[in-house]
Amino acid sequence: MVVGCMAMALAIGLLVFAKSAKAKPDSDEARYLSPREMVLSLDGRWLYVMCESSDEVRVVATQHGNVVKTVAVGHEPRGIVLSSDGTHLYVANSWDDTVSEIDTAKLKVTRTLPTGFEPNGVAVDREGKTLYVANRLSNDISVVNLADGQEIKRLAAGRGASYLTPSPDGKLLYATHVYPKIGKHRTAPESEVTVIDTQKQVVVDRKQLHNVAGVFHTATSSDGKLVVSAQLRPKNLVPLAHVEHGWAFGDSLAIFGDGVNGVVQIPLDELERYVAMPYAVAITPDNKKLYVSSSGSEVVTVVDIQKMIGYVQTTKGPIANDLSASANYVLTRIPVGRNPKGLVLSRDGTKLFVANRMDDSISVIDTSNDVVVSTMGLGGKPDMTSLRRGEQLFYSSRFAFQGQFSCANCHIDSTFDGLQWDLEPDGFGVDIVDNRSIEDLGGTEPFKWNGGNPNMATECGPRTEKFFYRSQSYNSAELADLVTYVMALPYRPNRYRLPGGELTMSQERGKAIFERTANKRGQPIPETNQCGYCHSGAKYTNTKQTDVGSGKPTDRSPLVDVPQLPNVAYSAPYLHDGSAKSMEEIWTVFNPHDTHGVTNDLQKDELNDLIEYLRTL
Amino acid sequence: MKTRLLSGLLMLMVCVSAVAATPDMPRYRWENFTTANGLPDNHVFNVLVDGNRIWAATENGLALYEDGKWKVFTPADGLAHRAVLSLAVDKRTGDVWAATMGGLSRISAGRIDTFNQLNSGLSNDVVYGVAVQGDFIWTATAAGASRYNTRTGQWSLFNERNTPMYEIWTYAVTVGSDKIYYAVWGGGVLEYDLKTERWKDYNDPDGETEIVLFKDQGLIHEITTSVSYVDKILWVATYFGDSRYDGRNWHNFLTKDSGLPSNFTNQVKAIDANRAWFSTDKGLAYYDGTNWAVYRPNLKTGAPEMYVRDVDGNITNITVDTAPAHNYILGVDFQGDDIWVATAKGLSHGIRQK
Repeated sequence: MVVGCMAMALAIGLLVFAKSAKAKPDSDEARYLSPREMVLSLDGRWLYVMCESSDEVRVVATQHGNVVKTVAVGHEPRGIVLSSDGTHLYVANSWDDTVSEIDTAKLKVTRTLPTGFEPNGVAVDREGKTLYVANRLSNDISVVNLADGQEIKRLAAGRGASYLTPSPDGKLLYATHVYPKIGKHRTAPESEVTVIDTQKQVVVDRKQLHNVAGVFHTATSSDGKLVVSAQLRPKNLVPLAHVEHGWAFGDSLAIFGDGVNGVVQIPLDELERYVAMPYAVAITPDNKKLYVSSSGSEVVTVVDIQKMIGYVQTTKGPIANDLSASANYVLTRIPVGRNPKGLVLSRDGTKLFVANRMDDSISVIDTSNDVVVSTMGLGGKPDMTSLRRGEQLFYSSRFAFQGQFSCANCHIDSTFDGLQWDLEPDGFGVDIVDNRSIEDLGGTEPFKWNGGNPNMATECGPRTEKFFYRSQSYNSAELADLVTYVMALPYRPNRYRLPGGELTMSQERGKAIFERTANKRGQPIPETNQCGYCHSGAKYTNTKQTDVGSGKPTDRSPLVDVPQLPNVAYSAPYLHDGSAKSMEEIWTVFNPHDTHGVTNDLQKDELNDLIEYLRTL
Repeated sequence: MKTRLLSGLLMLMVCVSAVAATPDMPRYRWENFTTANGLPDNHVFNVLVDGNRIWAATENGLALYEDGKWKVFTPADGLAHRAVLSLAVDKRTGDVWAATMGGLSRISAGRIDTFNQLNSGLSNDVVYGVAVQGDFIWTATAAGASRYNTRTGQWSLFNERNTPMYEIWTYAVTVGSDKIYYAVWGGGVLEYDLKTERWKDYNDPDGETEIVLFKDQGLIHEITTSVSYVDKILWVATYFGDSRYDGRNWHNFLTKDSGLPSNFTNQVKAIDANRAWFSTDKGLAYYDGTNWAVYRPNLKTGAPEMYVRDVDGNITNITVDTAPAHNYILGVDFQGDDIWVATAKGLSHGIRQK
């Protein structure tokens, strides 16, 4: 039946394209695909490739590498899973807050299921009764009854819940997160692996990951005794400009399970060679080898599991910052395409498929000798535009000193990282800056927290070269491409607006507070201290620098660039240095003298109204 | 000999008659927990049963009793405040919500997330009560009611500006399938209809704070401390007696005409439409719809005490070997046939004997 459908699809040359996402510049028929995640059919004949940029799943015949069918899904798909009986695919549409259910026999979307905010990872229980969805922006996991498609409940996850991996017996589910918890200002980042009991459908454990921010895919050994997650250890408490004296990110693994004492973090990097942004993990069925894609470094790292466990068991003291450690367990690095993301092993473990997101291709690795034996093109737009080149540059770490990191390290999936950085070589702890969102930046110039960079070319060029990459960085053509890409990044959908665009009563009251010109006693508020003075225009910024009293003694100047407000709800913490853990704290903690707008006359519910309005922007 | 036999038979008949007349009320063997055996503080404000896990809200931390061991959560672990006043469990997720003197905390698989009036939309840091209604967390605070939407992170506040709440010191909250009820300390009871999203208040019709003039014509007193809503019956505890409301008629309970050991009631917790437990300053009382039973250490001697009051007001002392840790009772929760009791001097486990 499946074969019949495939044949028919081939015969009519059917290619179904999803409607383009908002503000996506390439809206013509041939578009870039950006394959991100993959799953194999149970018989291994078909590779279902989820393409992030083209909003579709491409079905590839593994034997020949041909794309035999394309299934349109929702916007910005980020996760895909196959039911245990192989009859259905589930695709998380991150911009639609839905999951597309695809019948693998008909290769058609049969249902669209609601989720939380920005769904990413998906998993199905063994019985095919319950769907789990990791929601990145609502920081939780939807539990969906597949019988009626209704969401049963939400489980509290960590911040930026994104990836789900079941244990081999299906009893547990491991969830990881791309953003760290919002903790005490200027302390080491913390993350967790959230462990869900699929029988009880509750969270039963939270494996703590210290000094860790972004955590990506997880894999388990075939016996379930070893669990491995790919993760980033940022060094954000020391100036980034010291990158040549140490390193900015520890590209590493978190491992736990039998034979491992607690959760142990081990590096993948080695001295003077870095494998930036570890993303996906795959373990061979014989549990001998482990593969990790490094999405910034265009390689797949191969780890000898027995040596890794042995090293962990015999080494005293922390391993995570020892760049000599990886030589004890890394077997080789396999060059693959640009921005390698998802990994899938064939069921017998002889082949490894690698999704080269920025090449629109799949590398096929022979696991017996760990070499790429073929590369399968997926189609898509053949010619390179400036925007696509810029996107490739954004996700490549080859420009940074020793290839340590890329733009995407701090702007995960072109967003932010939830961290506060000490960027410049001006002394430890001086001019701390919170990582801002980079959505729809046009008209918000100048850039940098103090407005020091007049345009994006300065921001991405000399500034990045001098303070971040500590290398010669981009040439002028590359810089132009990168700027094109960054300036084209669209807004993500706002989840707080009602479908018709109208405001709730609370939001209306908040809007009135935002626009008020007098305080509650009827006294006029000076124009320069009204919300709308600084936060004016389409982007809610007057693009000026002003002192709102949020400066710290460690700031060189109290003047801060007025930030744009659209989608401000997503980018906590707040203020230029990220010292306000929530929007509330901007005013309850950091505005004692009404220098950041007049708010001290507001009752608590009125402040809540103001925040409800700001969330709609 | 014959006379003695007849006398004996007569005595036996009297005894049987007396025994038969005493209502069969639940009996317990009490095991008490204090700081001597792991509790972080003897002042226990509230207790919550979640399957085999017992949570004790104490003045010095949140204690979890599981597998025979106590684990204590404090502000060092992220708890909003050391003084925990009330607890609620989300039965769907297993998350426990703790109302404290310094905000609201969610305990989820060991992780504690804290919400306070500075970092969130919570109306006030002094949170007396908490209840879970689906995806919403309702809190009773010293500055009105708050509702937190766990899916969107949005807060809704209810106070004197948008409800009939003339006193904003909300003290306890309970949820039902159709209604939310608040005990407002000094402000009677507030009802929120989930369908119409409208508020309604219930107040003491005589308006007297020290005496009860109109006994069954409305809420017994404005100083309410606890509400319980089961089977569409509302039970209200006050410092001046207790009330039961079926949506049409009020019935009030006072020591003078019920088995209540005291009018000063900290909590009422209903089992169904007719049965409820009352936590008073002079012992724990159980009402089965007709009869009363009181469990406590004797107020003078401290000796274990249980007595039963039948419908006619007859009181029968029951010989017992154990009693709750103290007569000042703050709250109860149920574990099958067993009961857990929060007192001012320890946590008690009532193990059902018959």
